[in-house]
Amino acid sequence: MRAFISSVYLFLYAPIALVVLFSFNAGRSASEFTGFSTDWYGKALGNTFLVSALQNSLIIAFTSAALAAVFGTMAALGMERLGARMRALFDALFAAAIVVPGVVIGIATLVALVAVFSFLNPALAALWPGDRPPQLGLGYGSIIAAHGLFSMALVTMIVKARIASLGRDIVEASSDLYATPLTTFRLIVLPQILPSILAGFLLAFTFSFDDFIIAFFVAGSKTTLPIYVFASIRRGVTPEINAIATLVLFASLLLILTARILMREKRSKSGE
Amino acid sequence: MTSASTNDIEFRSVAKRYGSVTAVSDINLAVPKGAFVALLGPSGCGKTTCLRMIGGFEQPSEGMVYIGGQPMNGVPAYRRPVNMVFQQYALFPHLDVEQNVAYGLKQMRPRIAAAEIARRAQEALDMVRLGGFSKRRIHEMSGGQQQRVALARAIVNKPKVLLLDEPLAALDKKLRTAMQIELQSLQRELGITFVLVTHDQEEALSMSDLVSVMNTGRIVQVGPPQEIYDRPASLFVADFVGKTNRIAATIEPGANSVRLANGVGLAKPARANGTAGAAMVALRPESISLVRDSTATLQGTVTHRIFLGSSVEYSVEVDGLGDFLVTADRRSIDESDLAEPGERIGLRFDSNAMHVFPA
Repeated sequence: MRAFISSVYLFLYAPIALVVLFSFNAGRSASEFTGFSTDWYGKALGNTFLVSALQNSLIIAFTSAALAAVFGTMAALGMERLGARMRALFDALFAAAIVVPGVVIGIATLVALVAVFSFLNPALAALWPGDRPPQLGLGYGSIIAAHGLFSMALVTMIVKARIASLGRDIVEASSDLYATPLTTFRLIVLPQILPSILAGFLLAFTFSFDDFIIAFFVAGSKTTLPIYVFASIRRGVTPEINAIATLVLFASLLLILTARILMREKRSKSGE
Repeated sequence: MTSASTNDIEFRSVAKRYGSVTAVSDINLAVPKGAFVALLGPSGCGKTTCLRMIGGFEQPSEGMVYIGGQPMNGVPAYRRPVNMVFQQYALFPHLDVEQNVAYGLKQMRPRIAAAEIARRAQEALDMVRLGGFSKRRIHEMSGGQQQRVALARAIVNKPKVLLLDEPLAALDKKLRTAMQIELQSLQRELGITFVLVTHDQEEALSMSDLVSVMNTGRIVQVGPPQEIYDRPASLFVADFVGKTNRIAATIEPGANSVRLANGVGLAKPARANGTAGAAMVALRPESISLVRDSTATLQGTVTHRIFLGSSVEYSVEVDGLGDFLVTADRRSIDESDLAEPGERIGLRFDSNAMHVFPA
């Protein structure tokens, strides 16, 4: 049994460990370790294509996570006021958004966006007073929209769980102590749910930063980091890719760990 | 209609429905200024709904609620001159004790100067004997201390009415008794109207000067504690407030007497106005004395004896009537010796101690 469990973990983590290991390889080979070096990290960060892809990814991840945090929190707060039946419906819809495969979201978003663009662009061209009407197309906006929608469901689930543990009592107590609903939100509700909003933001950021499938469908000509990695792998795996992968891996781990800590701390406090 | 100025709270024909479910109906209640009123009843009787309608957390479906003579229908909780002590205290966990207590003062408009807020918060904390705890976190306080913080947080605002939702339910017995006394003296000191919701009849009787007994969404009797206990308006009140023995009986037509189920006839109490027919008699355990006298009204056999120190509780199997509870003063049996389980004994009581209700 022990051997079985060990082999499961080995199977899961050995490839990842190898990626990290070979990112420090001195040679060019991705299968033969010839000595320790951090050269490939320098090469990766000196690669302008890579750096611009990284920049794109950061902008998209930050914007979509920020939007998801704001709208997800608003959705979670709004759902509090729904009747039991409507709430169950929205719960199911949000859960569905999370379990629908990325490929489906990618295709669906692409089809929807193209349909909207093909309708709006001629209309814009007809109404535009100048010579060169703006052309709506795929790019930052479409990736941010696609990621933001998915992440919003994520944030809503996390924040909703926290609101549920908050209890109606303290909101009523605040109202009893002359605070208007807005003041109650600012002084009582927001401070209590802020860590979960932040956790949701970090998870959304991580998701967007790591996502390949959805971005691949709706990116247009924009290149995100996962798309760049995918494209360059077709020209052969070099330790440079390993170096990027290692950087992304540790950045993601750090974010997820922070999110976990934020969520756990709040849970233990509310238990008192 | 009572004049609004002498009543701090008034319910006029109030009903509250949730969809097709009626929580309370036909509520009429006037609480004079400075009174300590208890809403007493079993869980689900609607007492908390009434309290929440005073607090503004629920709006009546019918009728009017007045506070200090002002109609309150439609006025939200944050514009009402009342404060509530919540059952689970509902303290703000991310604020310290002083910030919790000062919360209401900080919301008041026109604004109160910070120094004044600090002074009054400290004063309120001193009043509940938590003067040295102002910088403590809420989770560092014990249950009893949290209870007092919740109390300070409410009284610091000098509300017209203080609402207490089973505030002592979560405390152990000793602490509860101490808090009962504290609440009473606090109420006298502040002169604020207190409305206490409780299912504990002892608490209601001992603390309040007006008890409103509720059952299934209605007020069944309102009066001073002594009146509620001595002259219950219904079998429910007699049963719920204090202990009682229930005896099936009939009121004899014409004759001025009550016949118990075992055939014993007794003079009808002067107060009883029941018409002839089936009736229920309620008899308090302490209005019965045990006597070693075979000519006593009722005869029975002692089955259990519980020694309570100053008094003794007996279970007596009365011939033809079943189990009776009798609370006897220690000296009620001759020479302070106690009746033994298994002993044949006589029961004697004044027929005027009987409460007769139509069955």
